[in-house]
Amino acid sequence: MNISLSEAAPVVSPTSGDGVLSLLWLIPALPALGALVILVLGNRRTSPWAHWLGTATVALSFLIGLVAFFQLLGRDESDRSVGQHLWTWFEAGSFTVDLGILYDPLSSLFVLLITGVGSLIHLYSVGYMAHDAARARFFGYLNLFVAAMLVLVLSDGYLGVFLGWEGVGLASYLLIGFWHHKPTAATAAKKAFVVNRVGDMGMVLATTLMFATFGTVSFEGVSELASGASQTTLNILALLLLLAACGKSAQVPLQSWLLDAMEGPTPVSALIHAATMVTAGVYLVVRSNFIYELTEVGRTAVVIVGAVTLLAGAIIGCAKDDIKKALAGSTMSQIGYMMLAAGLGVAGYAFAIFHLLTHGFFKANMFLGAGSVMHAMDDDVNMRHYGALQKAVPVTFLTFAMGYLAIIGFPGFSGFWSKDKIIETAFGESLWIGLAALAGAGITAFYMTRLMIMTFLGRKRWEPGVHPHESPKVMTIPLIVLAALSVLGGVLLLGDWIVDWLTPVVGHAEHHELPLPVIAYTLIVVAVVAVGVAVAWLLVAKRDIPREAPQKVSFVTRAARADLYGDAANEALLMRPGNNLVEGLVTFDDDYVDGVVDGTGSAAIGMSGTFRRIQTGYVRSYALSVFAGALLVVLALLAVNLG
Amino acid sequence: MSFEAPHIEYATLSPLLIVFGVALVGVLVEAFVPRRLRYLVQSVLALVGLVAALAATIWVATDLTVRGDGAARGSIVAEGAIAVDGPSVFVWGTLLLLSLISVLLFAERHLDGGLSAFAGQAAALPGTEAERQASTRGLEHTEVYPLMMFAVAGMMLFPASNDLLTMFVALEILSLPLYLLCGLARRRRLLSQEAALKYFMLGAFSSGFFLYGVALVYGFSGSTHLAAIAEAVNGRIGGQGLLLGGIALIAVGMLFKVGAAPFHSWTPDVYQGAPTAVTAFMAACTKIAAFGALLRLFYVAFGSAERDWTPMIWIVAILTMAVGSVFALSQTDIKRMLAYSSVAHAGFLLVGFVGLHEGGEGISSLQSVLFYLVTYGFMTVGAFAVVTLVRDAGGEANHLARWAGLGKESPLVAGIFAFFLLAMAGIPLTSGFTGKWAVFSSAAQGGAWPLVVIAVLLSVVAAFFYLRVIVLMYFSDPVGDAPAVAVPSILTTVTIAIGLAATVVLGILPGPVLDLAADAGAFIR
Repeated sequence: MNISLSEAAPVVSPTSGDGVLSLLWLIPALPALGALVILVLGNRRTSPWAHWLGTATVALSFLIGLVAFFQLLGRDESDRSVGQHLWTWFEAGSFTVDLGILYDPLSSLFVLLITGVGSLIHLYSVGYMAHDAARARFFGYLNLFVAAMLVLVLSDGYLGVFLGWEGVGLASYLLIGFWHHKPTAATAAKKAFVVNRVGDMGMVLATTLMFATFGTVSFEGVSELASGASQTTLNILALLLLLAACGKSAQVPLQSWLLDAMEGPTPVSALIHAATMVTAGVYLVVRSNFIYELTEVGRTAVVIVGAVTLLAGAIIGCAKDDIKKALAGSTMSQIGYMMLAAGLGVAGYAFAIFHLLTHGFFKANMFLGAGSVMHAMDDDVNMRHYGALQKAVPVTFLTFAMGYLAIIGFPGFSGFWSKDKIIETAFGESLWIGLAALAGAGITAFYMTRLMIMTFLGRKRWEPGVHPHESPKVMTIPLIVLAALSVLGGVLLLGDWIVDWLTPVVGHAEHHELPLPVIAYTLIVVAVVAVGVAVAWLLVAKRDIPREAPQKVSFVTRAARADLYGDAANEALLMRPGNNLVEGLVTFDDDYVDGVVDGTGSAAIGMSGTFRRIQTGYVRSYALSVFAGALLVVLALLAVNLG
Repeated sequence: MSFEAPHIEYATLSPLLIVFGVALVGVLVEAFVPRRLRYLVQSVLALVGLVAALAATIWVATDLTVRGDGAARGSIVAEGAIAVDGPSVFVWGTLLLLSLISVLLFAERHLDGGLSAFAGQAAALPGTEAERQASTRGLEHTEVYPLMMFAVAGMMLFPASNDLLTMFVALEILSLPLYLLCGLARRRRLLSQEAALKYFMLGAFSSGFFLYGVALVYGFSGSTHLAAIAEAVNGRIGGQGLLLGGIALIAVGMLFKVGAAPFHSWTPDVYQGAPTAVTAFMAACTKIAAFGALLRLFYVAFGSAERDWTPMIWIVAILTMAVGSVFALSQTDIKRMLAYSSVAHAGFLLVGFVGLHEGGEGISSLQSVLFYLVTYGFMTVGAFAVVTLVRDAGGEANHLARWAGLGKESPLVAGIFAFFLLAMAGIPLTSGFTGKWAVFSSAAQGGAWPLVVIAVLLSVVAAFFYLRVIVLMYFSDPVGDAPAVAVPSILTTVTIAIGLAATVVLGILPGPVLDLAADAGAFIR
């Protein structure tokens, strides 16, 4: 073993907890109970109170999470990993899977994000879904999602993660297709499900490989034994986990489902497809740091995937006229940043999680803001039909503006701190990666400014008969809270708090020696962002925005509108060959297999029909057959003896 | 010249003696008990007798003495004529259980206007005034119970015989009552009588073969004791012809009884013509008894000559499986189809029999065949019991076309029957699967894998005709009037329930019965 202990990732070794920490199981159990009650009793019986039950369970989980967080904060740094064995899930021979909870600095942050943002979005949904006949069912699904997501981040092993992983996949499927009377929504749900299956296969194979290699799938066991595995095994493990992460986090090449997933109700887009579920891939990579630390190949692959996605998502975001799809492209891109940071290893893990949190705030804020705008515009999502809304929906505009400033990285806002750190670390790793991340920041500034201008500024391009109005309080209060978090999220970095907080999980990194002083990078980033904003101002604000999207556009715009041909590539590379294969197999089955089977069947029946004539019903012929049989038996015996 | 009275171990033979005793008492009951009480007295007597015999069997089984190396347990009794050992006791227990539930079928009087399925007056010619009178007076033959008891006694003696002459006598004791029972159907009497006559004539014919074989073997070895024959076969120096001829002719007699091809031709006609209750009893119990005897004879007496007779059994096994599976395809009568199915099962059993696996690794051939016999017995009685329920104006509706759409008409009955068919086809989670698995795996371990491959392929063909009936029941519309499903009394219900329960339990938890078969150990010599 040539890896010294100081370099290797920390081994997961939880200790037991008491007090609130022994009630950790309640955190996922409460929303699960809510989902159970609502979904079992059904939409009709629960509709008067289901939304409040749903919100209350998540809020209660948040409170427990908050108290538990402070308990953990009060513990000694070396003792901030709490394990709780719940029960033995199954035993098969030597393979025992215990279902247990691992509550450490990493999962504590996720719990707060999921239940905190989750509570706000639940609250928002009370207003947003007020006129939907199936609101109770919607809250049942939302609770199911929150419960599954909490299982995902609180499990102490890969199998538990997989349980949550599939649970959030199911909830995501149900919620994207919530309005399944719309064919587009039903198709989008199916697409998300199918694409995610590809990623899930990575997860299944990785878990299986871990069991085959280490004989355990718990974080504790795997982190302890990982350094003993062969390099090839570690490489394969890292790539399989990355495949899983790509599916859930909509990273290239499994990105295509996220844009279509915007067919779901907007709170779903905010909660699942921006703040929480899509970050599960980042969680998986960071949680598996004890594997990625041992494989250069794996880390490089993560960085490449992250860099490609952050550029692709940003470019797609530039060309979309659908406000939610523009935000979805942005989400892809921002998760690309997180992946890139996670791929940078110990230096980047903490910043990946930091950006994940701030992104959770500002992107949820903006999605909910977009929902509020749609609410005002009679559910129209086309930004070409917006314009000059800042007067009509002032609260939404102001809160959205906070999110906007955060995402482009306006100095002082939360996104500034988190993105700046990632770009800086990327430059520390390699010039090219740094440049990609920098370019992404510029493009982000461009498409977000475009979105702001098209939605809130300029002249009115409203559809006739649309009378925008501000949303009710129940929707604006979550917007205000999230806006505040978008502005202030940066405090987590004060005194490198988040880095130190996560050190017990991901290890401590020596600072890279950068060729330029840190402040220089910050200035460069701010300058690039300013250029992006300026270009958007010149190209969008200074020109008239046509109500119909112009068709004579550059090649790049066309490509971006077509999601950079992601669907076309899937269709050409996977769907068509798949269809052809299936058709070929069906033809083979019909013509050959069935032919042989049917042929055998009819041949046997024909034979049977012919031979049954032997069965004449006459005793004399039966006796003859007995006699012939006797002859056969005698001859068979004699033949053996003579031969 | 002084005569020494033979020494009889009454206690060890008690199961056998109880059944014989009950049969004799039954004859006396016919003579002395008033007609109206006979049904009750006879059926209760038969049931009590069988239960008592079963209890005695269990007592005997717990008391078997361990012999020699410990592989076999039991003792040779009645001056060397009978061997009461593990396999004997196992077969006895199985036979008695199946006879018990068959008696319930015999006693069923709910299905046909308050009368049993047996002729009112067998001597009355079909279609005559006498027959009509017998039927209007509500007569019924209660002699069927003592007849059945004699048959059961014969069946118990057959596999326990340690002497070729005893074996022959047992063969006749079990056969003669069955010939009679076959001819006693209340409905379709001509068919029934024809079946009885055919069965009798062919049975007599094959008995002749058996007896001639016994004579030849006696000529070779100078004894009819299995142990003495085994010794002679082991150290044979000359007289090959006598031995081989003897083995061949005895095999013919045995294979006729188990219904193996090409000695099966009586099976469909007799199964179809006989009253269904008798068919159920005969199909299950005769096969078990005959296989028990076949195993004992060939493993104990002719064991050293296995090289001589295995190729012959291979041929017969393949032929039997093929004939059973293929002929069943074109049958239009449910009872004939089940008859061919039982022929196919005989073939699968022969595969297990000829595997000649001694045990050690995995289960031995003897155990696997014994286990298969148990699974086969319960599913067969159950399936035939269901056949008695589907009726129309003319009695049982046995034509397959009348079963179309039964799934809609009576989901419960169709479901149960479908389950029995799946079990016969050997679908997992039924006893049919575990049984097939047992015989095939022991045969493969014994080195007969080419035969196992053929058997697996032919069991696929066999699955085809079982599934055809299921398709017919569930996916076809009834032709004309839908057949009515008669509501049986508790008797048939219990029979079906036991058959079903055994088929399910042996499919899911075969362990205890397999252990029991393993405990039976080997034959004593």
